[in-house]
Amino acid sequence: MHDAYKMFLGPVHPALEEPIFFDFKIVGEKVIATNLKPGNAHRGIEALGMKRNPIQVLYLSERICGICSVSHASTFSRAVEAAAGIEVPERADYIRTIFCELERLHSHILWAGLLAHEIGFHSVLHYGMKVREDVMDLLEYLSGNRVNYGVYVIGGVRRDIPKEKHEKIRQSIKYYNAAFEKFKDVFLNDKTIRMRTEGVGVLTKNDALKLCAVGPTARGSGLNKDTRQDWSYLAYGDIGVKAQLPSQVTGKINGDVLDRTIVRLLEIKQSAEIIERCIDQMPKGSLVSEPKAAVILSRLKNAEGEGIARTEAPRGELHHYVRLAKKEVVDTWKAKAPTYNNLMAVPVMMKDAQIADIPVIICSIDPCIACLDRVSIIEGNSGKSMNKYDLHELCLRKSEMFGKIERGHQ
Amino acid sequence: MRQTNTFKKSLWVFHLNTGSCNGCDIEIVATLTPRYDAERFGIKLVGTPRHADVLIATGPVTKEMADRAKRVYEQMPEPKYVMCVGSCGSTGGVFYDSYNTLGGIDKIIPVDVYVPGCPPRPEAIIHAFVKLWEKMDKKAEKSRPVKKRKQANKNKTVNKDKTVKRSKIVNKRSTILTKRITEQK
Ligand code: SF4
Repeated sequence: MHDAYKMFLGPVHPALEEPIFFDFKIVGEKVIATNLKPGNAHRGIEALGMKRNPIQVLYLSERICGICSVSHASTFSRAVEAAAGIEVPERADYIRTIFCELERLHSHILWAGLLAHEIGFHSVLHYGMKVREDVMDLLEYLSGNRVNYGVYVIGGVRRDIPKEKHEKIRQSIKYYNAAFEKFKDVFLNDKTIRMRTEGVGVLTKNDALKLCAVGPTARGSGLNKDTRQDWSYLAYGDIGVKAQLPSQVTGKINGDVLDRTIVRLLEIKQSAEIIERCIDQMPKGSLVSEPKAAVILSRLKNAEGEGIARTEAPRGELHHYVRLAKKEVVDTWKAKAPTYNNLMAVPVMMKDAQIADIPVIICSIDPCIACLDRVSIIEGNSGKSMNKYDLHELCLRKSEMFGKIERGHQ
Repeated sequence: MRQTNTFKKSLWVFHLNTGSCNGCDIEIVATLTPRYDAERFGIKLVGTPRHADVLIATGPVTKEMADRAKRVYEQMPEPKYVMCVGSCGSTGGVFYDSYNTLGGIDKIIPVDVYVPGCPPRPEAIIHAFVKLWEKMDKKAEKSRPVKKRKQANKNKTVNKDKTVKRSKIVNKRSTILTKRITEQK
């Protein structure tokens, strides 16, 4: 039996797109324990948000993550609308849905390419990027931007999708469906890809439940949950969305990388369908509840209340909590990204994996570190970040202190 | 692929994310993949700074990443260049007043080319590479030994003479032509 040794991965590593730190304990080629330390991409966005007014924060919320920019803007604006009691016109809801689904499309296509890249199948990465550029073209055609679209405003949307633009959307959808068939063929029938994904990084249904996995990671393990289905919002209630499970294709659920791949591929097709139905059913009406930003702003300044919104982002369920308290600025803002849950499942998936499978497993949850790094607790000015045990220790000391004070009073 | 007089090899780039929002990173990937295909100019992403000529840095530099960015830069062999993509990396961008960012990569390492935009389009990134090549040429020109520079200048004057001579011939021809035309009249 070999001795266990340690291997570090990150925060700057070609297998990781973003900075995060992994620490593996390895025997031979086998991973026996995994530890991770996020916090490298923490920019203090929530604290920044509490210095700005809601309309400025909407702009900031798009910059939490460049890939899920619509999801964050969508969730934040819905949370603010809930807090201030602003009604959104129906047409705006449909346009918002279209943007959310386009984002899911490009995110999943990019992910499929990245997974193939981690396996070593570079031509699929390049094919994926080619298809993705078509989605970017469509997004640019509809919004004028490629990454941060700036389509959302509080109380509605900034740009309309008129009838003339529907034709181009339909054409693109045909193209995505063709791309879906090709991806499906590659990922399900290619022998190498199957060997690298089947039975790798298994997350059982029970573990997924216990670790609160969300999004495609949870669905890949057979959990039938999807925010669009369970807590429908925007136009999803009218359209009727069903969670996609890998058993629809293979007939069984293993919870491995292949299953997560199948879920995402099915969602490409599903998103294309949702967009098509949104165009067909789009109601007439105004785009915003109040066209003047100044009026909205003064209303938000005088508003008081709390709002929570949850969205099914490409990577899973996304939460935003907003409190307004008759102030110029947002009183409290909290964002919880899906990667926060899913990353907790990585150490379980890594159990007994080979070193060569590490990048594939990390990629399989589609981590988004820019979304994840929301809070890190730092002790004084020392720069030392605190973990669970430190916080527990602090808590004990604090209750001791309170105990003394109470006893003193008596 | 030879792009300039001074830099004879392909440019190999290393991408460093110092806490960006992914927006700029994905545009860099888009620059290198089939639609914009910067790889046809030999620009290639490499896995380690020790192989790289250019460091592409994105993000507002979180405190945690500051030291790492410096170390990555120090690992690169000379001559090395730094390109900073995005408003965040140039000035801090939307995160300018955050408690955990330094605001701008030039606070830690010297930057050669800035690409503003949130995020910049792939065309802008390709344009930045062109600017970088120009800058390399200029730098190389300056660092050439004086003797060689003088020689190069001499060559230039010779060229000028040639053009002068040529223009004289042209002038002569044109005067002859005009003469003939006037004679015909
Ligand atoms: S410049 Fe904009 S797109 Fe680029 S990393 Fe910063 S916030 Fe994101």
